[in-house]
Amino acid sequence: MGQGRHAMSMTTVHILVNGERKTVTVDPSTPLLWVLREDLKLTGTKYGCGIGACGACTVHLDGVGTRSCLVPVSLVGDRKIVTIEGMARDPIGRVVQNAWVDNDVVQCGYCQSGQIMSVVALLKSNRKPTDANIEESMGGNLCRCGTYVRIREAIKSAAEKLA
Amino acid sequence: MLALLLVVLTVAHDSGPLPAFGKVTLASPRSDGLAAWKKVYAVMVSPRCLNCHTATTYPQQGDDRHRHVANVIRGPEDKGVVALNCSTCHQSTNADSTGVPGAHNWHLAPLSMRWQSVNDRPLSSAEVCHSVLRLLDGPHLLKHHEEEPLVLWAFNPGRRPDGTMRTLPPLTHAEFVEATRQWVKAGTPCP
Repeated sequence: MGQGRHAMSMTTVHILVNGERKTVTVDPSTPLLWVLREDLKLTGTKYGCGIGACGACTVHLDGVGTRSCLVPVSLVGDRKIVTIEGMARDPIGRVVQNAWVDNDVVQCGYCQSGQIMSVVALLKSNRKPTDANIEESMGGNLCRCGTYVRIREAIKSAAEKLA
Repeated sequence: MLALLLVVLTVAHDSGPLPAFGKVTLASPRSDGLAAWKKVYAVMVSPRCLNCHTATTYPQQGDDRHRHVANVIRGPEDKGVVALNCSTCHQSTNADSTGVPGAHNWHLAPLSMRWQSVNDRPLSSAEVCHSVLRLLDGPHLLKHHEEEPLVLWAFNPGRRPDGTMRTLPPLTHAEFVEATRQWVKAGTPCP
């Protein structure tokens, strides 16, 4: 094995995930997504494209929707990580998840945890999103099943409940 | 007006035998300043700077300055929109393992600082020069070029996702700052 630029050097990293302190020993360049899925077994966050183009891996870092496939775990620092597993304890997250069920949004479901994380980030900032707001904010979350119409209905339904 | 120009005569002596008439060069603060500005401009319209000093509703990427992937848009504060902010992907430093560039407060330059036309062409040297001076005076521009994290990033842009290094502006950061300093010292002349 050569000493390439990705030569592995394991480091102990402390992170705060869904309110719990976690310690992992990983290569610090490892994307957060893989630490969540492989080390912490939080498999609700999905691997889609690996290049930040699909949104399936979206989590919140201090409330900001973030593509976890692009962020090396070493750059997370003290920011609070919230994944889809933490949404049930979030007041807005709970409303959004209920709206997802009520509107029967999901088909295959693979992208939906990322969709919900982006919607929660949107509604925490804007309780009355317009169609334009929804299109802009959700433009980075792809759904190959084409559930966009139901996603929009569910967002509006959740916004009404939060009003 | 020629009389107003301060003409400096410099006699440069070589270390060897003195030529019959020495070596004489003519210079003026304005011509020195314009020469320095030419260097500054070359950096400002390099892809590392121009991709975020756009006239578009979205950032650009790469040396070919193509539209940023993933439907990223400028947003009301030049930082994207909620749930699709710049910080959705860009962190406070380059992420070389994933190929995502980063620096503190990653964002687009405001439209008032666009260095390209609506036709996606760099503005001329004169247009950029006058635009700059409408926004910042010389000392403030020098400080911006010396200290702004996103300016510093342009000279340390990290690796692309394929592992190769991003191309650099045509000057080093030190040369860029020195050229800006010379331009400011010369009175910020524009072409």
